[in-house]
Amino acid sequence: MLEVRGLTKAFGALRASDGIDIEVREGETHAVIGPNGAGKTTLIGQLAGNLRPDAGTIRFAGEDVTALPAPRRARRGLARSFQITSIYRDFSTLQNVALAVQAHSGHSFRFWRPAFADEALISPSRKILEEVGLEKRMHVLAANLAHGEQRQLEVAMALATRPRLLLLDEPMAGMGIEESQRMIAFLQTLKRRHTIVLVEHDMDAVFRLADRISVLVYGRVIATDVPDKIKANPEVRRAYLGEDA
Amino acid sequence: MTGTLVFEQLLNGLQYGVMLFLMAAGLTLVLGIMNMVNLAHGSLYMVGAYLAVAGTQWTGSYALGALIGFAGTLVVGMVVEVVALRALYQRDHLDQVLATFGLILFFNELVSMIWGRGSLYSALPAWLAGHVELFAGSRYPVYRLAVLGVGLLTAVILWYVVTRTRLGMLIRAGASNRTMVAALGVNIRLLYTVVFGFGAALAGLAGLMAGPIYAVQPGMGELILIQVFVVIVIGGIGSVRGALVGAIIVGVVDTLGRAFLKPLLATMLSPTAAEAAGPALASMLIYLLMAVVLAVKPAGLFQSR
Amino acid sequence: MRGKLFWIAAITVLAALPPVASALGEPFYIDLVRRIMILAIAAASLNLILGYGGMVSFGHAAYLGIGAYSVSILAFYGITSGWLQWAVAIGASALVALAIGAVSIRASGVYFIMITLAFTQMLYYLGISLEVFGGDDGMRLKAKSALPLVDLGDAVQFYYVALVLMITCVFIIFKITNSRFGMVLRASKSNEARSRAIGFSPYPYRLAAFVIAGAMCGLAGALYANHTNYIVPGFMSWVQSGDLMFMVILGGMGTTAGPMLGAFALLIVEEILKGWTEHWQLWLGPLLILSVLFFKRGLAGLLERRDA
Repeated sequence: MLEVRGLTKAFGALRASDGIDIEVREGETHAVIGPNGAGKTTLIGQLAGNLRPDAGTIRFAGEDVTALPAPRRARRGLARSFQITSIYRDFSTLQNVALAVQAHSGHSFRFWRPAFADEALISPSRKILEEVGLEKRMHVLAANLAHGEQRQLEVAMALATRPRLLLLDEPMAGMGIEESQRMIAFLQTLKRRHTIVLVEHDMDAVFRLADRISVLVYGRVIATDVPDKIKANPEVRRAYLGEDA
Repeated sequence: MTGTLVFEQLLNGLQYGVMLFLMAAGLTLVLGIMNMVNLAHGSLYMVGAYLAVAGTQWTGSYALGALIGFAGTLVVGMVVEVVALRALYQRDHLDQVLATFGLILFFNELVSMIWGRGSLYSALPAWLAGHVELFAGSRYPVYRLAVLGVGLLTAVILWYVVTRTRLGMLIRAGASNRTMVAALGVNIRLLYTVVFGFGAALAGLAGLMAGPIYAVQPGMGELILIQVFVVIVIGGIGSVRGALVGAIIVGVVDTLGRAFLKPLLATMLSPTAAEAAGPALASMLIYLLMAVVLAVKPAGLFQSR
Repeated sequence: MRGKLFWIAAITVLAALPPVASALGEPFYIDLVRRIMILAIAAASLNLILGYGGMVSFGHAAYLGIGAYSVSILAFYGITSGWLQWAVAIGASALVALAIGAVSIRASGVYFIMITLAFTQMLYYLGISLEVFGGDDGMRLKAKSALPLVDLGDAVQFYYVALVLMITCVFIIFKITNSRFGMVLRASKSNEARSRAIGFSPYPYRLAAFVIAGAMCGLAGALYANHTNYIVPGFMSWVQSGDLMFMVILGGMGTTAGPMLGAFALLIVEEILKGWTEHWQLWLGPLLILSVLFFKRGLAGLLERRDA
């Protein structure tokens, strides 16, 4: 589904991405982990289309998307959620999702009919909110949602665009234990129907959700394997624990 | 169209360019470092011109008048910064545009109140009022050469400060990453005040030098300010080098265009057509140039970020 | 509903003004309010791109000038059909907006402000340099636009034409901003990164909005020419652009009633100040600064309760 070859991005002398190779198979949940400063944010930026790589290619569903800007990748089915919550704060929860649905409903050069009265946008939005568990907060202003709810909204908006691949950037960021558990349970249901690239720090979530894990250190992938083998991998242990010891 | 005429217009273009640079340097730094759009920059230019003229009349000496203009603008600039602009640093660009627009209205009217709406006469002392023979047959005003000289000297000093001193390093760092500089523990408020002071002083200098050449009247600041914007867009925000290159280009293109486009068109079209189209096209030249530069390099020729 | 009540009241008051003013022997107010309503159309068009779209266009007065000059130039050459003149006014404004927008909209933030200002100034200088149309001094309107059924030469009939057009334009903006198109615009203003991430490419929508706004302002310009009878390049000055922006801000950005309220507020304040002193801009300047610093939500914000 997603094929990354030799992805390189340097900021001056700093090689944030140093020849990254990753392969994500259809239907799998592929986690990307790594210590701070490994270059995860830069990698996400390039996968989503916000950063131009200096070298390397990104192929999505068989198509070379390296030069495609973010909106066009999104329209092709590559959806992302943001690590730092990025929702429409001055719109309601329902409207947030409706906008995502609208973005995926062809062009928006319609000038007359009110968008938020359009059942074609509202029904799917309501369904998605039910899936995610936010339907009781439909009409609340997004800015007034609790942090955990906002993170749920992030995922909901990604789902609303009927993605082929979900790029989730630390979905659990800033969540307490209970909220995290709920999110993990939700992601486990998502797993069955979507291909997911998951960037996370929360190791509990990673080992419960990932089919395979790629470990990123200083811009390079040092290992890609199933969770058990990664746990046992000496290089990985050194990268994580060696620094912490 | 003799070679002498072309050369003289070229010098005029350089002289105008250098004045644009003085304005652009301050404005581009304020934009780059403080991320603030200051439309009232033109008002400082106007204040410099008016204070210089008033000072000369009051003291009877051109040199003293110029000094009053320069120092006076610096003071006015500082006062404006503390009273009105400090509140705007945190605001978005729209607020800054509107608030500084209000300042323009205020200053233009203040100046009209004190000195009237007509243009003031700006006298030159004898030692600057003459002409110089550059080469056979060309008489060029001493004053314009002096302006060119002062401008180039300022450019050199600015270059030295920006590239060779610690303050300059902070300025360049601030222009490319403001938050990082603050995080490094630099006194940002002081840096802002210094940068703004620089800008005000340069605008005042441009203004006091402009008096004898251009009309000293309310609204004179806005006329040049828009061309300064073109310079900054072409040169790139935050780049002093860009300001210099952009200013020279704009100054020369504009001056040569105004001087030679009409006669040039007259050789190709009828005299009446050239009469109508010439000045019209000449006035549009630098904006078309800006559009072309933008198409190729959307963030200007020398982007600092 | 509070909103509907406001509009019914507003339209009633405005419709009743001419007979009341005539009865009181004060026809001046018919002219004044007509001017305000015409500029309110211009402000409404700016509100689309500025208030809803977040595009700080400092050059919107350009279209006021283009519209006005279209009418005046055609009248100069003997073409007085209102339909034709106004169609040209709207069409020319749309084309220029397309050209300027295509170059400027890709530019971010500060660049956009400076570029739109620069292009408007270019048009202003163009106006000054065209001696054939009066240059700096401007030109007198040879004849008013000829429209079927109404005579723009009659102050009261013209007033009602302006009222109808203002309500129509405000309504059109209302529909547009609540449509899917408007939502893309508003979403891009609210959070551009998020909009791109879900698949909206803001550029085509912003460009279209820019053209629509320009065209509507061109219509305002055509009306303005008929109102002032004298067309000067100053219509395109950036002081005029600034005035339009203030109307949008004072009235309340991104609201339906905002531009109208703002136009009334600004122009009435100007009238009052002008009555007091010749140097009224000395007071207007600081007044505007204070309103920016302390009154951001605008008048509509006072009237409406906060809704999404």
